[in-house]
Amino acid sequence: MFAYTGKILHVDLTNQTARIQRVDEDFLKKYVGGVSLAARLAYDNTPKGADPLGPENALCFATSAFGGTIVPVGNKYGVAAKSPLTGFLGDCLSTSYFAAVIKRAGYDGIVIKGKAEKPTYVFVDDDVVQFKDAAHLWGMETFQTEEAIRGEMGDEGVRSCTIGPAGEALVLFANITNDRGRQAGRCGLGAVMGSKLLKAIAVRGSKPVEVADAEALCAMSLELAQTAQGTKTEKYRTLGTPANVLTLNRMGVLPTRNFQEGVFEAAEKVSGEYMHEHYTDKAVACAGCPIACEQVVSVKDGVYKGARTSVDYESLFALGTSCGLDYFPGIIKAIELCDRLGMDTMSCGVTISWAMECFEKGILTKEDFDGLELYFGNHEAEAALVEKIAHREGIGDLLAEGVKRASEKVGQGSEHFAMHVKGLEFAGYDPRGCQTFALGAAVGTRGPCHNRSLAYEADTHGEVDRFSGGPEKGQIAKDKEEFAALLDTLMLCKFIRGCFKDLYEEAAQLYTLTTGIEMTAEELKEVAERCWNLKKAFNIREGWTKDDDWLPPRFLEDPIPAGTSKGYVVKPDDLRVMIDAYYEARGWTPEGLIPQEKLIALGLEDLAQEIGV
Amino acid sequence: MPYQYIICDPDKCTGCQGCELACSVTKHGIFNPLLSRIRNVRIEPVVMLSVACKLCEDPPCVISCPRKALSQDVETGIILVDDDLCDGCGWCIEACDFGAILLNPDTKRVEICDLCVDKDEPECVKFCGKEALYLATPEVVAQRARRDVVTRLLQELLAS
Repeated sequence: MFAYTGKILHVDLTNQTARIQRVDEDFLKKYVGGVSLAARLAYDNTPKGADPLGPENALCFATSAFGGTIVPVGNKYGVAAKSPLTGFLGDCLSTSYFAAVIKRAGYDGIVIKGKAEKPTYVFVDDDVVQFKDAAHLWGMETFQTEEAIRGEMGDEGVRSCTIGPAGEALVLFANITNDRGRQAGRCGLGAVMGSKLLKAIAVRGSKPVEVADAEALCAMSLELAQTAQGTKTEKYRTLGTPANVLTLNRMGVLPTRNFQEGVFEAAEKVSGEYMHEHYTDKAVACAGCPIACEQVVSVKDGVYKGARTSVDYESLFALGTSCGLDYFPGIIKAIELCDRLGMDTMSCGVTISWAMECFEKGILTKEDFDGLELYFGNHEAEAALVEKIAHREGIGDLLAEGVKRASEKVGQGSEHFAMHVKGLEFAGYDPRGCQTFALGAAVGTRGPCHNRSLAYEADTHGEVDRFSGGPEKGQIAKDKEEFAALLDTLMLCKFIRGCFKDLYEEAAQLYTLTTGIEMTAEELKEVAERCWNLKKAFNIREGWTKDDDWLPPRFLEDPIPAGTSKGYVVKPDDLRVMIDAYYEARGWTPEGLIPQEKLIALGLEDLAQEIGV
Repeated sequence: MPYQYIICDPDKCTGCQGCELACSVTKHGIFNPLLSRIRNVRIEPVVMLSVACKLCEDPPCVISCPRKALSQDVETGIILVDDDLCDGCGWCIEACDFGAILLNPDTKRVEICDLCVDKDEPECVKFCGKEALYLATPEVVAQRARRDVVTRLLQELLAS
């Protein structure tokens, strides 16, 4: 067996011990890596009903077959645990050096359980695991923490994932950051680390990664890397994902002022094009990536002079258009604050935009906001609120719970416009004008996530009628989910997806050349389906019911007021039809549960007993 | 005839580390940046550069070697390492201003970029998707710099 190490490192923070679990070729071929392997580890190591912020919740990292090799965009890791935000599986991924270094240290995965007595960081130095005092790091921002650890180790090769003050304060949408600005962003896994008093995991890996057929793998990788300099990735290389702003605005699905509208009148001023002209310093790459999409921007003058961060569309919509901001430096500042403090920009932005709507409707007042005039577009109030949330100061303590809990507490009709599913805040595609994504968002195992669903592609690429919801969308949503799940399992960045002629065929070849394990396109399809069912199984074990797969009331009742999607809602009957069709396409029961035969057919016999019907 | 060596354009380099992986697999058949003769430096968030042997005239590494294990090929300028003489003491590493010498922990011998002389072009250059890496003599590097500065001046002149 090549490329894999066959070892999962188990770290127990309570007892300060570590042990190795051996995994064999059959197991690795079945779960492959990334999100799929992380989900399997989470299922096995987190007991049913565990408190997400308790010591029993296992935080599970997984690399992939391609980590540390020359396969383009293959240096990613998956990380999963029970999400404090949703109570279901929180499966995330992030990129760059940290992923490769876990592999080079000799592990396919790392499972962290227990709770440290005092702030601690774990240093994995190849075969040696050390538990180190993090008292001097506690309170530090994410980037600072990473630099501080590298400094005290005196070795640039030490790579860390960290939490910031938000993770320490158990903000329910705190994230995990690695390699400055790369984040396992959603579902609050940073709070899981914080609850364990785990400030960082630092890794030094000096071992080589050996593949089955280096020559053929290099040739195929080179071809893929060259294709990745062409038209299929042009959007990512030039403007990055902020190119979406004007496209979605034209489609009338750019979330504006907390999804009240789908067209932003100042879209030009917050567009990728505008950013590129005024703020972009350089497009940089994650380790192992030939595309280089990360748009590093900085503010050269004005009140936010010196603010510097990377901007992606989802951050831009959530902290920008959804909060009504038309001042780009204000958006940069808010994103930078979230990145430094260690919070998910999307959940934070959508929660703030809910708070802004509460302010404008008089549900919450200036006094409630500790003196902030939180009208839409007030970037100074937004920046102040981001800091309050990260430290749970004043109103920040309420908003740090995420929009679901905050709206339940505030009530007064604010649940109507609390834009979440399963407790996870919405992604930046208005489902009223993207009705395949309406289905994808409703049924997503971690909530309304564009990256897990990919169903929005069918809408934005004109593959379907995006304004209606028919039963044919069930199969489409399933296929898109599986395509995404495969990339998330192989740990290939989605931005290279256009460079494959046939992802399943080519990925199977890459996999076999890398690992020496025979793999076919058909088998990879099964891997992807198994991954999705595994994630669903985790949720079912945690008490998921059909009612959890639905959309916030605004999308069902309030028509989009203007633009090319004007007048549309997601009709509840249509949504029901789509969801039923989706369950059927998945081979699930009408109640959305997984039949035992289905689980057995996917090789998940052990789950069949526990959650199958 | 001045020697050619591997140059990295910091404006084009994105810090992807592809050169390191290409080098280690070419020279050792495995992937490990620690076994690469070209190394990428990344000072976040935007400063990136890959560094390999610059084939210096009167190379300090050759001069510093107490065992005369290093020599410079007269034709190509490549620094040759005599594995029988090298004992991995690391003085050459200290002498190199560019950090371009690697001590292989397995063989206990130093390794220095040889421009992949046995191939059509250096593998790191081939794998650099952004064309940040190229092979050139100091004169060509200087020509490029002059062209860049004059172009910029001209643009400023036309704009004013």
